[in-house]
Amino acid sequence: MISALYAILFWVATVLLVVGLAMKIRKYARTPAPLKIPTTPAPTTRTGVVLRMFREVIFFESLFKSNKWIWLFGWAFHMGMWLVLIRHIRYFQWDVSWWVSLAQPFGTYASFAMLFGLLGLWARRFLVERIRYISNPSDHLMLALLVLIVGSGMMMRFVVHTDIIQVKAFMLGLMRLRIETLPTDPILLVHLGAVAALMIIFPISKLLHAPGVFFSPSRNQVDNPREVRHIAPWAKKLES
Amino acid sequence: MAADGDDLPKMAHPLEIPKLKCGAMEGLAPFIAAPEHQEPLGYPGELVENWKEVALAKMKELAEKNRAFQVYLDACVKCGACTDKCHYFLGTGDPKNMPVARQDLLRSVYRRYFTFAGKYFPSLVGARDLTEEVLDEWYSYYHQCSECRRCSVFCPYGIDTAEITMAAREIMDAVGKGQKYSNEIIGKVKVVGNNLGLNEKALGATLEDLEEEIEEDTGVSVRLPLDEKGADILLVTPSADFFAEPHIDGLIGYAKVFHEAGVSWTISSYASEAANFGLFIGSYENMREIALRIRKAAEDLGVKRIIFGECGHAWRVAYSFLNTLAGPFDFLDPKYPVPQHILEFTWNEIQKGTLKFDKSQNDHIRLTYHDSCNVARASRMGDEPGGQFEIPRNVIKAVCNHYFDMDRETTHESTLCCGGGGGLLTDDLMELRKKGASPRMTALQQVTEDHGVTHMAAICAICKTQFSKVMPAYGYEMDSIVSVHQLVSNAIILTGQDGAEEDETEAAEEA
Ligand code: HEM
Ligand code: HEM
Repeated sequence: MISALYAILFWVATVLLVVGLAMKIRKYARTPAPLKIPTTPAPTTRTGVVLRMFREVIFFESLFKSNKWIWLFGWAFHMGMWLVLIRHIRYFQWDVSWWVSLAQPFGTYASFAMLFGLLGLWARRFLVERIRYISNPSDHLMLALLVLIVGSGMMMRFVVHTDIIQVKAFMLGLMRLRIETLPTDPILLVHLGAVAALMIIFPISKLLHAPGVFFSPSRNQVDNPREVRHIAPWAKKLES
Repeated sequence: MAADGDDLPKMAHPLEIPKLKCGAMEGLAPFIAAPEHQEPLGYPGELVENWKEVALAKMKELAEKNRAFQVYLDACVKCGACTDKCHYFLGTGDPKNMPVARQDLLRSVYRRYFTFAGKYFPSLVGARDLTEEVLDEWYSYYHQCSECRRCSVFCPYGIDTAEITMAAREIMDAVGKGQKYSNEIIGKVKVVGNNLGLNEKALGATLEDLEEEIEEDTGVSVRLPLDEKGADILLVTPSADFFAEPHIDGLIGYAKVFHEAGVSWTISSYASEAANFGLFIGSYENMREIALRIRKAAEDLGVKRIIFGECGHAWRVAYSFLNTLAGPFDFLDPKYPVPQHILEFTWNEIQKGTLKFDKSQNDHIRLTYHDSCNVARASRMGDEPGGQFEIPRNVIKAVCNHYFDMDRETTHESTLCCGGGGGLLTDDLMELRKKGASPRMTALQQVTEDHGVTHMAAICAICKTQFSKVMPAYGYEMDSIVSVHQLVSNAIILTGQDGAEEDETEAAEEA
């Protein structure tokens, strides 16, 4: 019963995530940028832009220049998250790849980095007057949801273990459109329920910053307006 | 304004973060455009009956036509990195002048009508209905943004509040609630050719006066040609250069440089304006129409190159947009970039050794340099990234002995706006202009204390006007702001100049 419920939940969540995100990305990709608006320091070549984007996504370069506290918490949270997610790939592969195994030991500590970062970011929303002013309930809820996911995950990892083999069997089953039995530990159910919620809200929330950053004209444009004429299709029509 | 200057913030440091003063700048609003300012730009004369539908339709259209607008509305995570980056926030403490809060004034409405979360859970995500109060709030706070892009530099996704402000102003224009200052000026450019409404005859007379003045000062006849067909270079410069101080001394500087370089050049009466306020109101169509005047002037006069005078947002439109709006410029000489900045030209001549200087002519000045926002963050000079910072400083150091930079956190790409950019250079916003200048003024006061700096140079017509107006409130003479080419003009030794050094010094002191 619970297994079936969770199976349906995950299928629905996956479809919403994939379709929702694809639609958003398509919209971003199709909307033209009518003018050249890269912000200084703007690279003058494509390669330069790729490097700039790499530094933004991996190191949060602009954020580092901007605010060291937000950078520290935000970077710890995101990098921890990537390691944790790599670690999680083992639930979705029969034969775990060598690089996933490699990430296992780091992943354990990564969850602490994630929690530290999230709590730091959350604390700022209460303690810093300016950030308190700009926070909406949804900003708090997003952090609450992530703390719930991380907290429940760490409980399973460090306190009350669950049957990981069985979880893996369940996940692999879902990928083959079969419903296997899911362990019914409450903490696991909380973890998975929260994860499904995160997947569902992803394409309709501020989590769109993840695809959004790659489409930001002030970051992804090449600074060469004098050399190459840039023109949007709708603007071209004004010329005829 | 009532508070005119008597409650300017005392800052210990240019970037000192103020305590939030909710509502501090509430209700401040520039004069609304009259029908005769609106209609020539293609906008309704006054607030239309169904303004709400029109506004929402415009918002939707902009989201479809402009990726920046769409992505920036979606992507913000409210991390707070931008909250202390706006000079108007630093100067006023009004939380709605924090970049993210300013964006949210519009984002909240976008969410309400165009997103799932905002439609069904408005209070959760801070979405709100579009009401007359919201429109008034937009009018007030989207005219407290100078579109300087400082926030965009510091945002982890590069979200540029200027893009949101421009969109908001375009929406307001579309419903008939435009700003008088910008729209009236755009109208003048369309009819007369420049922001001042200076006609061909008056312009010609001004240029002749300047020729006489230069000859009196130096004994050398330096020309300032108008509408001269077949000249090599078309100079497009802000019309403030024709009458305002210290702008006009900059124009004299360009003329002397062209003279010494031995090139033929001309000003056009048809395109006698570098400024393009179409940018400020976010109107591609109006910006394009103004830019096309420059193309037409270049074609009619048969020039080979286009060079822009000292003007910040004009250089953004020129460097970043001219090719898009009015290109391709394949009828010009392909040896030169189109367009060029006068500083690129001057620096090139200095490197070639064509120009001779007596730097001591600027010894009465201890100088710093204000990077203008649009030059610093939205354009470039020369062939290398960062040329827009190096070239002006190189030229200054070639003509000036005493130069000192301000705090690095307030220069280059982190430069602070003068407080009057983006269509806010109007007397009805004087309180905002004075307070918004306080971070820059505080940085200036630091170098005055540390190095005895007396003057600040700038390459933007708006910066120059704004500073000459607000500097007295901060304890400086109004002529403490100088044009970069004014310094060039002071120091340059014209071929055949009667060795009258006294004359030169005199001219410099007058300047
Ligand atoms: C390309 C991938 C991503 C990049 C470059 C990125 C970058 C950033 C940056 C720079 C911030 C602002 C600083 C901070 O508060 O941490 C941020 C915030 C945030 N990110 Fe991401 N992110 C990415 C993916 C994700 C994903 C997949 C999630 C999903 C769980 C996520 C969740 C969040 C949340 C919840 C915040 C807001 C934190 C707060 O409330 O202060 N991010 N992200
Ligand atoms: C369907 C997807 C997921 C499944 C099946 C899953 C399952 C699990 C399980 C079984 C554990 C316990 C590991 C152990 O005992 O060693 C765990 C831990 C954890 N989970 Fe998940 N999880 C999922 C998604 C996520 C997501 C999306 C996040 C973060 C945004 C996350 C964050 C964590 C953390 C931080 C831990 C504790 C540290 C660790 O073991 O790495 N999980 N998860």
